[in-house]
Amino acid sequence: MASAQREAWITGIGIVSTLGEGPEAHWQKLMEAHPGADVTTFAPFIVHPLAPINFDAQIPKKGDQRQMENWQRIGSYAAGLALDSAGVKGKTEILSRMDMIVAAGGGERDLSVDSTILSTVPHAANPAATLNERLMGDLRPTLFLAQLSNLMAGNISIVHGVTGSSRTFMGEEASGVDAVRIALSRIVAGQSDIALVGGAYNAERPDLLMLNDFGSFCIKDNYAPVWERGDKGGFALGSLGAFLVLEARDHAEKRGAKPLARLTAVLSDRSNRRPGDLNASLTRLWDKLKDKVKGTGVAVLSGATGASPATAEERKFLESHDGLAVRATGSYVGHGMEPTFPMNVALATVALGHGSLFPPADSTGFERPMSGPLNQVLVTSVGHWRGEGLALVERAG
Amino acid sequence: MTAMKDKLGRPVVVVTGLGVITSLGAGKTDNWAKLTAGESGIRAITRFPTDGLKTKIAGTIDFLPPQSSAAALTECFADLAAEEAITESGIGSRGQFPGPLFLAVPPIELEWPQRLEVGAKSGSNDKVTYADLMRVSDQFPAYHERFLLSSVADHLAEKFGTQGSPISLSTACASGASAIQLGVEAIRRGETDAALCIGTDGSINPEAVIRFSLLSALTTSNDAPQKAARPFAKNRDGFVMAEGAGALVLESYEAATARGARILGVLEGCGEMADAFHRTRSSPDGKPIIGCIANGIKDAGLAPEDIDYVNAHGTSTPENDKMEYLGVSAVFGERMKNVPISSNKSMIGHTLSAAGAVEAVFTLMTLGNQRIPPTINYDIPDPGIPLDVVPHKARDARMAHAISNSFGFGGQNVSLVMGLEPV
Repeated sequence: MASAQREAWITGIGIVSTLGEGPEAHWQKLMEAHPGADVTTFAPFIVHPLAPINFDAQIPKKGDQRQMENWQRIGSYAAGLALDSAGVKGKTEILSRMDMIVAAGGGERDLSVDSTILSTVPHAANPAATLNERLMGDLRPTLFLAQLSNLMAGNISIVHGVTGSSRTFMGEEASGVDAVRIALSRIVAGQSDIALVGGAYNAERPDLLMLNDFGSFCIKDNYAPVWERGDKGGFALGSLGAFLVLEARDHAEKRGAKPLARLTAVLSDRSNRRPGDLNASLTRLWDKLKDKVKGTGVAVLSGATGASPATAEERKFLESHDGLAVRATGSYVGHGMEPTFPMNVALATVALGHGSLFPPADSTGFERPMSGPLNQVLVTSVGHWRGEGLALVERAG
Repeated sequence: MTAMKDKLGRPVVVVTGLGVITSLGAGKTDNWAKLTAGESGIRAITRFPTDGLKTKIAGTIDFLPPQSSAAALTECFADLAAEEAITESGIGSRGQFPGPLFLAVPPIELEWPQRLEVGAKSGSNDKVTYADLMRVSDQFPAYHERFLLSSVADHLAEKFGTQGSPISLSTACASGASAIQLGVEAIRRGETDAALCIGTDGSINPEAVIRFSLLSALTTSNDAPQKAARPFAKNRDGFVMAEGAGALVLESYEAATARGARILGVLEGCGEMADAFHRTRSSPDGKPIIGCIANGIKDAGLAPEDIDYVNAHGTSTPENDKMEYLGVSAVFGERMKNVPISSNKSMIGHTLSAAGAVEAVFTLMTLGNQRIPPTINYDIPDPGIPLDVVPHKARDARMAHAISNSFGFGGQNVSLVMGLEPV
């Protein structure tokens, strides 16, 4: 298929996080270099909550908003921003051909129903019958539609009219990498001309804090930037929405769209995380794209979660490539699982658009200052449990 | 010599291994025998008490050792189906499958037995809140991995030694078909010579049944479980939830031929089109379904008149079967009166995330055996949707190409076109 390889452009990005909404808000906050998080709302857990968002701006119908829970609203909102950014919002002909891959987790719980069941079922004469009775009586019928993983994509189809195709990848960090990888592969091979790809995560959910705390992955009480979390490590979850519009160059040129950046490689792999596995996996990925990496003007946006030992091993790997300026975006936006990688590709696009890298936020000295023009950004993804990914985003033109 | 590339210059994708498990049994042989005998696998739910439920029947798989969660059961089914498919294919070596894994899987989530266990550990006697659960959650380390969305795919990737990052996906009730489509596309891109595509679903537990029940999607014909799934019949009143897994080993025709593999069929085309009308209902004009079916046939380089059999989505809900009739009628026109269309779901129920893969396996077996499994329980035809549903009894037929439809909540539509032999 090499003869048919096409160039892929990023022609739109839509991002929301605790830093705000859109490229400029994110860039400003990153330049200020004050990472931080909310240590009180879910204490002792720490989260990076979503900045205040007026969902009406991208999801005009209240009825649509009511049919969603926040993870879906965040995603539908960010998808709308991306379509606006690419100049395709409302363009039915393009949207009807637009492919969509969403990276999503599972839906939200009704905390009050759960709590009632947890409080009553253990004391009931017939616990199983009581469980059935409470679920039958107390669950909102439409809650299921706010829980199904593929219903973020479903809502994006309804709200924004993206209907070429709709696929949802599940599975934490790796699903975000693979969503972008498959969307890119299809465009490069001529299977797709334009794709909306990304995801969203609502970190402000006790059920998700609990899921990650099962594995003791959550930092508690005191916030520290990603590289400063010591041997125990851990992450602070962050609410994120991040979507990209990827487009074949010829398709973009035909409609007069400009590239925000070029996406020239997305690779992923799975290792079992035995000692040495992670380094070997990242090395394999690096070897596949190192010929494209130039000597200067290169930085790394790391998706390091802070989890141990994954983050320490990623750091060791990056340290072995001398001279690369590294930034862990998780220090700012928190860890958002599925959309983390699309978010970092988007932030790489923003930095490339400014032609420079934002300052370090790391007292360990691993993040070093970078002056001079920025031409290429390597985006890493090392899942807290599984999944390795690497992308190369390059300056347009 | 037959061409290794299709009309569009893409590698031809063939099937060299199939595996299946449903409520009818484990394995192709058992399933095919019962499917063509018109047997139903639907029965009263015994896995958990059904007190207070409107629907008390399902196509559960009860002949395997019980598992502690839907996630574990889902994994177990996929494991068995994959084992059968890989063994039949003879590809790779033990624990070393030479291609990626595409897994259609229900969203994995913490379940009630575990949530209640954490609640009990919290020691709160009165009102138990999530704050109580979160005080003790770090005492349950095994639940992290088990209830991650990626864990089922990860365990399968580890066991079968698939290559690269395994993809877990959901397109609701079209998931199994989407997994196959992703495999077809990867082989067509030349990224790989083989792919392992699996759809699996073992999610029959109280909350899952109640969720569908609250949406009024399920039949409540509890008294006669085997008669409850009535696709295309006038008295159809909802689908029957069911469990199962289907696995397919896909290979490029070139690679399969080179290693002398037996070709079981051809994945000729994939169509999809999303529906923006409603979260659970199809656009009344049927355009997305029509477009999806037409896209599949076009992608296969065929015309509607080339299709000899339709493996229906045929859920037995009033809405689905009517819309599917509209879709096939629009695409196949007058000819649809004479095109056999049958629903495996009349016997195995709706295997949800697995359905697209399970039914692709059955469609390939239908082509391979030149025999069409029936639609059972078609006692009262619906005059509004006149179709040749192959009622009650299996039928021999000459077939070269078949299409299998999958439609799901969230506007998901996928159609797969399969052929008997490479052309």
